[in-house]
Amino acid sequence: MSLILLIEQVLNGLQFGIMLFLMAAGLTLIFGVMGLINLAHGSLYMIGAFCAAAVAAWSGSFLLGLVAALAGAAIAGALVELIVIRRLYDKDHLDQVLATFALILIFSEGTRWIFGSFPLYLNVPAYLSGPVTLPGGIEYPFYRLALIIVGLAVAAGLYLLISKTRLGVQIRAGENDREMIAALGIDIARLYTIVFALGAALAGLAGALVGAIQSVQVGMGEPVLIMAFVVIVIGGIGSIKGALIGAVLVGLTDTLGGIFLPEIMKLFFDPSTATSIGSSLASMAIYVLMAAVLILKPSGLFGVRA
Amino acid sequence: MIREAYVNALTLALFALIPLWAVLADEPFTITLMTRAAIFAIAAIGLNIALGLGGLVSLGHAVFFGVGGYAMGILAHHAQTYTALSEWPFLIEGTKSMPVIWLAAVVLSALAALVIGILSLRTTGVYFIMITLAFGQMFFFFAISWAEYGGEDGLSIYVRNGFPGLNTLDPIQFYGLCLGLLCLVLVFAWKLAGSPFGLALNAARQAPVRVETVGLDPTRLRLVAFVLSGAIAGLAGALFADLNRFVSPVMFSWQTSGEIMIFVILGGVGRLFGPVIGALVFVALEHWLGGLSEYWHIYLGLLLLLIVLFGRGGLIGMICGREAVHD
Repeated sequence: MSLILLIEQVLNGLQFGIMLFLMAAGLTLIFGVMGLINLAHGSLYMIGAFCAAAVAAWSGSFLLGLVAALAGAAIAGALVELIVIRRLYDKDHLDQVLATFALILIFSEGTRWIFGSFPLYLNVPAYLSGPVTLPGGIEYPFYRLALIIVGLAVAAGLYLLISKTRLGVQIRAGENDREMIAALGIDIARLYTIVFALGAALAGLAGALVGAIQSVQVGMGEPVLIMAFVVIVIGGIGSIKGALIGAVLVGLTDTLGGIFLPEIMKLFFDPSTATSIGSSLASMAIYVLMAAVLILKPSGLFGVRA
Repeated sequence: MIREAYVNALTLALFALIPLWAVLADEPFTITLMTRAAIFAIAAIGLNIALGLGGLVSLGHAVFFGVGGYAMGILAHHAQTYTALSEWPFLIEGTKSMPVIWLAAVVLSALAALVIGILSLRTTGVYFIMITLAFGQMFFFFAISWAEYGGEDGLSIYVRNGFPGLNTLDPIQFYGLCLGLLCLVLVFAWKLAGSPFGLALNAARQAPVRVETVGLDPTRLRLVAFVLSGAIAGLAGALFADLNRFVSPVMFSWQTSGEIMIFVILGGVGRLFGPVIGALVFVALEHWLGGLSEYWHIYLGLLLLLIVLFGRGGLIGMICGREAVHD
């Protein structure tokens, strides 16, 4: 196990974690501000990926695809909020789980209906493809490095938006006391639609960016959704900082676990048993991590309330 | 408004009469559909004990369904390959006997529920939903990588397991067995809800502080409810595996957990017959909409959405009015 491989895998884990953060940030924001569990967040990720793939194929421009992903997911998010989600704020979590589960069915089958069952492909543009040499002579795919940079830039932008702007003040106030900010003359309904569309746009961006590494297909959002839930539960629901730290933890655990657990198991078992036990432990690793965090800190690492 | 008792009686009558008609009309597929509905109803009654009575929104009940399924799969697999399940410290051999398999499924899923319950009940609200979901995923991925028992491909059982005095390969006889168990589970859930334990559990959902003040431990009440709930879902899992003569990791998937929850909410949370009606209507919709359009999930989704948004208390609530036990 060389140092170069280790660094490569750490970068892969970081890239995966930062993409998870884009998903988790929206989820945690929506939960923090509106108290809503949105299982359909993965569908918005899928919508972003499909918009990007379709527009990029039609126009030949990857950037135009990204813009379409952001716009498509934000519009879908805003529509869903206006038509369905706003009726769920004062219902209990059970109704929210069921209604958003129903939305998943509608979105998945709707997408299958429009695009068919075959996966679409979104190609990495020429100016982002190929390897790049990092300090220390490590060759790393440029596109993945770009994902890390874009993700970190979005995280920074989100931080500035929430801590420095007027909208951010309203969002933070909405997390704490919605009656009070409504009394101060802020249009809560509009604020909620904006937050939901913002969360949706982040999910759509993640879908489009990851869509160039994997194939774009119906159902691609669900595994990521579950991982994003793991992230926000580890980080503490409602905390953006928690989402970032949780996402990086989950990304690294998942990636490094997949590489190293089979190796570690080889110290105790014969190679084939070690590979099978190791890979099964690796796929369970993030859930074990989450259960461990919750058992020690029942409201997550940075959670303030249950 | 129609009295709930009439709706319940009608539901039971449907479970008795539809298969009877199917035998006379020689429609074995309808019997299979009704068997599916009866088994799903058992699983949903199990979840309803945790969800309706205990207020525990578990998005991981597929774990117990799957443990029951794999208990049947593994025991029958060893019986048909004539290999021992374990030789040390005790000799455990496979079996094709349903009663033994049911016992194993119930005990193992109860144990799983005990461990998961102890760990999960430290959290509440959304965190509880998510931790149960996480345990579901752990079992799902474990089953996928468990190559000894088929891994991702699952396990097939060539001949349905046996029950003394019955020919379980005959659809109507196997259905009778499932319906009998459904009735037993219904009686159990009914007695449980009216028992001192059921009342205390109900109170712990509505006013945990008061329950604690009178000297009861809400967490312990919830844990017992979770274990009972898991055990019943495990029984349903064993039956489901026997119905299909096949088990696979899909039984553990979070979509399965979601479906079991849909049965409960569709019918009416916290009502004795809610899960039964939910399972019956779901299986009927699946069959009917599936024949109507390839994209039937869209219609199912729209229907669920309408019920959540506009129908309080699920189907029973819409027919009978009155608020459910769960509020």
